[in-house]
Amino acid sequence: MVGVFAVAAVRPWTALAAAWNKDAFGAKTSADALKGIGAVGAAPSGDIHVEAPEIAENGAVVPIEISSAVPGTSSIAVVIDKNPFPLVAKFDFLEGALPFVKVNVKMNETSEVRVIAQAGGKSYVATKEIKVTIGGCGG
Amino acid sequence: MRRAAAVLFALVASTALAQDAGKEIRRYREMVAEGSPAELFELGGEALWKRPQGPKNVSLEKCDLGQGPGVVKGAYARLPRYFGDADRVMDLETRLVYCMQTLQGRSSEEATAHVFGTADEPSEMESLSAYIAGQSHGVKMQPGISHPKEKAAFELGRALYFHRTGPWDFSCASCHGQEGKRIRLQELPALSERKYAGPVAASWPAYRISTSQFITLQWRMNDCYRQMRMPEPTFGSDATVALILFIAATGAGETYAGPGNKR
Amino acid sequence: MAAGPMKMRATLAPAGYTDIRVLMTHPMETGQRKDADGKLVPMHFIQNVTVKVNGKPAVEAQISQGVSRNPVFTFRLKGGARGDNIEVSWIDNHGETASIEAPVA
Repeated sequence: MVGVFAVAAVRPWTALAAAWNKDAFGAKTSADALKGIGAVGAAPSGDIHVEAPEIAENGAVVPIEISSAVPGTSSIAVVIDKNPFPLVAKFDFLEGALPFVKVNVKMNETSEVRVIAQAGGKSYVATKEIKVTIGGCGG
Repeated sequence: MRRAAAVLFALVASTALAQDAGKEIRRYREMVAEGSPAELFELGGEALWKRPQGPKNVSLEKCDLGQGPGVVKGAYARLPRYFGDADRVMDLETRLVYCMQTLQGRSSEEATAHVFGTADEPSEMESLSAYIAGQSHGVKMQPGISHPKEKAAFELGRALYFHRTGPWDFSCASCHGQEGKRIRLQELPALSERKYAGPVAASWPAYRISTSQFITLQWRMNDCYRQMRMPEPTFGSDATVALILFIAATGAGETYAGPGNKR
Repeated sequence: MAAGPMKMRATLAPAGYTDIRVLMTHPMETGQRKDADGKLVPMHFIQNVTVKVNGKPAVEAQISQGVSRNPVFTFRLKGGARGDNIEVSWIDNHGETASIEAPVA
């Protein structure tokens, strides 16, 4: 259990400039987002696990934990139907990484959350509804 | 009779729903706590604690938070308490202002000019509170309750907690006075009782999700007074320190679990 | 101010995998929020996050403004050994970057 921190340096990205899928992230519907990441016609799968609370107290932070037991999973994407831009993230797992991620996402309102796993050129999907409420005055 | 049964059924059903919702909200809070940005504020606060500032250009590292100059570990869990050098009961934030004045040579006006920050610019007080409180994580909370001035502050805090005033005739207890009250999904703990005050005291200061800010107890007191439609209390006033001591002392014995996370 | 502290912890679990938990300071502005003067705050968000193990990429993430402010991620590696060097870096839509390194503990 070692906590280490480094103060971030602001400098040009010198390593390989990573790709960012502008079309998919700019899509305003889930269907277009899925098209953008090449996941049209994803097959429902029970091998994708989505751990998330059924009710989020605040849509600004909705924690989700995702893993895929689909053999050969190379990427996982998160698509939130009711968000203005449904595609939230796409994680590519290279050598040494397990298809697992925990992330906090924003949700505009109660929505279906789709988790898409890609493996061997095929797409698989699991869906979970998360309700978003608004809390009280304090804290 | 049939109508009564239907009403009863509806009541039972809604209670079951509320319980499920409660369970899911607890799960939500646990998951949020696992990934709390509060730790980032602790890092920022540690850097500020060690940074030379003010006319004397010294850091706060020699500040005596009650356990001796420079002792941060476990100090927050013993606050508020009486400080002989200042001859008054102080909470963390008033003590920090005192150290900024005495060690760094800053004026109280300057040191308290921006005590409540924004999401983009957290205040010095917020970051320092995160760091210092974090250094008491896992420590049993034992604020000062033996010195005559501590006893007087506790009594003042209790009186203020129940004192109804302002245009709406509100007291703290108007909202935080009965078991089981809530606003939407937010419980309103009765802070005059040990079992509610303990966990609350052990969770402040905290990261607030809805505003992405780190919030302190002085901010909380200030904002409660605002919500009661009362004039804003002076930062670090005897009244807010007394209220903080009243809640902390009522919850004494709880293990400090913060910095916490609020909705 | 985008670049603030980052914090990371990489821990080898008894079950034989390594969890990497990383916190980043970033506003993750959606471009839809208004400031106190009623003006829209421009979009400003991390776009790419890379995890490297001993210099080799293990996870490459593309993310959007839909990730919460001050992002936190947990990634998981197969196996892993104490002392393996983990590096996490990000770049945002303004071209600002930050990174952090730590050994697996």
